[in-house]
Amino acid sequence: MAVDRREFIKIAGVSVIGLTLGPALKLEEKVEASEGKVRRDPKALKGKRWAMVVDTRKCEKCKKCVAAEACHAYHNVPKIPDPKREIKWIWQESFEHAFPHLAAEGEHIGEEIKRRPFVILCNHCKHPPCVRVCPTKATFQREDGIVMMDMHRCIGCRFCMAACPYGSRSFNWMDPRPYITKENPEYPTRTKGVVEKCDFCAERIDQGLLPVCVEACPEKALVFGDINDPNSEVSKLVEKHFTLRRKLELGTDPQVYYII
Amino acid sequence: MYDGGKIITGLIIGVILLSFPFWYNLGKAAKFPEPKLTPKAKQAGQCVETKVYMKAHHMQLLNKWRDDVVRKGYRLYVGLNGKMFKMSLQNECLKCHSNKQEFCDKCHNFVDVKPYCWECHIEPKEAKGGK
Amino acid sequence: MFEKAFVGGKKYWGLVLFWSVFIVIGFLCYLWQLKVGLKLTGMSRDVSWGFYIAQFTFLVGVAAGGVMVALPYYFHNYKKFGRIAVLGEFLAIAALVMCLLFIFVDLGRPMRVLNVVFHPTPHSVMFWDMIVLNGYLLLNIIIGWTVLDAEKNGVAPPKWVKPVAYLSIPWAFGIHTVTAFLYCGLPARGFWLTAIMAPRFLASAFAAGPALLLILCILVRKYTKFDPGKEAIQTLGKIVAYAFIANIFFFLCEVFTTFYSHIPEHINHFKYLFVGLHGHGKLVPWMWLSAALAVIAIILLVVPATRKQEDVLVVTCILVFISTWIDKGLGLITGGFIPNPLEEITEYWPTFPEFMISIGVWCAGFLVLTLLYKIAISVKEEVGG
Repeated sequence: MAVDRREFIKIAGVSVIGLTLGPALKLEEKVEASEGKVRRDPKALKGKRWAMVVDTRKCEKCKKCVAAEACHAYHNVPKIPDPKREIKWIWQESFEHAFPHLAAEGEHIGEEIKRRPFVILCNHCKHPPCVRVCPTKATFQREDGIVMMDMHRCIGCRFCMAACPYGSRSFNWMDPRPYITKENPEYPTRTKGVVEKCDFCAERIDQGLLPVCVEACPEKALVFGDINDPNSEVSKLVEKHFTLRRKLELGTDPQVYYII
Repeated sequence: MYDGGKIITGLIIGVILLSFPFWYNLGKAAKFPEPKLTPKAKQAGQCVETKVYMKAHHMQLLNKWRDDVVRKGYRLYVGLNGKMFKMSLQNECLKCHSNKQEFCDKCHNFVDVKPYCWECHIEPKEAKGGK
Repeated sequence: MFEKAFVGGKKYWGLVLFWSVFIVIGFLCYLWQLKVGLKLTGMSRDVSWGFYIAQFTFLVGVAAGGVMVALPYYFHNYKKFGRIAVLGEFLAIAALVMCLLFIFVDLGRPMRVLNVVFHPTPHSVMFWDMIVLNGYLLLNIIIGWTVLDAEKNGVAPPKWVKPVAYLSIPWAFGIHTVTAFLYCGLPARGFWLTAIMAPRFLASAFAAGPALLLILCILVRKYTKFDPGKEAIQTLGKIVAYAFIANIFFFLCEVFTTFYSHIPEHINHFKYLFVGLHGHGKLVPWMWLSAALAVIAIILLVVPATRKQEDVLVVTCILVFISTWIDKGLGLITGGFIPNPLEEITEYWPTFPEFMISIGVWCAGFLVLTLLYKIAISVKEEVGG
């Protein structure tokens, strides 16, 4: 069979693609030894939909949020002075920024409410837009409702930041480590180029512990629990009090409730 | 042959460049390093799986662990002889293998792999002084 | 046919060198960004997409704009576009190369980009955007190359090209529709949350794409022996006129709905862009420049006397291109982020390295365009002469 140059190059090209694509497609080797050997911690807290109630009446005394500081220290959240590069999981906002719809210009909301700090964090929405848009499932929702970040998988496209209606997400514009004054050796840091946010302390819940902020708040203003369980403390609180939720009209069904 | 001189010169340069790694490293063959165990690891006698398995597959195991932990919420691993382990690089593996430089880096440097685990996971403090 | 890209005069090599210099500078800046992270850019927690994504969006439009040549040629058998069809396809290839590069340089962890393939996520619009953009790139390479090869050999293109070309036409609408869906499906960004986003994108694309193509046609005629044809250029001018007017019409529809409904989350972004919000208004002069250029361009496009005069038409097309570029390449993305969902204002302007990386990507696209046009025109000169 006579093969001309053109033909030869074609065959060679196809062969190269075939030879390289084969191994590339065989993505991950099966790890047989570890199949079926993983367990949940029996101490893990069990809930169908985790939620948080913030009693904002108790927040007035705190100029600085102790709970937020504890969270940031525990999770190795860097303190970056430039507000453009800031990373925040939980922080205080004024009423007009936390609830811009309810505080339109000239609105009469009362001096006391205006002064009151509002602790805001990821709302762990029932219908999270961030999860919807993530192109790699790096942001996903657990069965118990927690909206989680898989830092190993995030490509840093920041689609989730555009999608989040609450400004809950931060991007690592640079290596965060130089801005962590005291590392918590029990928890990882993040690296430049990934997005991060509050995860309701999923790893503590899985070990039977409450979120750091809930434990740290000296006023017990933050209450955590299963909103699907009518006997939980959070359910009783929202039953008893009128609560606000941020941007409810967007249909995200946020799971942080504010007692006014 | 047209331009014979140029072609042969080109060929010689090509061959030299292609074989560069071989003669550059001639006589410098390095011995494969043995990872060192800490007294604590030695005393434990075994890892989560057999030594042979860990040597060959620790990367796949860790890869699977991180998915199991982060994405599925499994935190515990039933290792050899039914012993329970916390699936955590930082809070379990490195508690025994606290000598990261001697245990991890040596081999990784030798085979020139740069796992980015340490960009986030904090290495044990002892290892830092070991330099 | 590749060999045609390796022979050329001084001007050709000068142009190649010119693009290459800026590509190298841009690449060096990118290596810098890779090292220190995206803090090298002007983006922030509040304005988390900037110049890169804006250029990407604009260039998807340029790529889709090529269909305004393909559609009349393949669907309506408009012969006059036969001569320039390949120019439209090659322009789309260059634009898509830029699009993909702009996405890449915007990523925080670029080495993980293949995660989009390893973990396919159909509920993410970005997943679909990746598919349509790469698909459109492939279609244009196949069609452009095959047709040109046939032209060179003096034979009719193989039969299978026709259905592929038909497929590429709805596909072109698809790339810009999906790109609009990236933005218009986000609940808390009032500026983007509008069903007319995709039509608006298409209209501005069908103005900017053919406008650029028209400019390129004139340049080609001036510097080579290939003449795209007077009538083809005039038809392109008409297409630009209709598309640009549609674009402005859609924009005015947007303005009406926003201001008459008087919903703050929608109004505030327009206010920021056109009059400034709470004393912040970096983009105000730009937006008015865009508006002014648009008005001038429309007059010059509508009046037959000015449209038919080729010199004026070229200037008009430059105005259209700049006007749509400001609208999409500066205003659209930044405007959507200001104010943020908490009604706070953080302004944005690209930094110097960010700008140089963008220039590098643009030049990479123009290098691809130069090489492809060199090949196409060499073939056409050969066949024609």
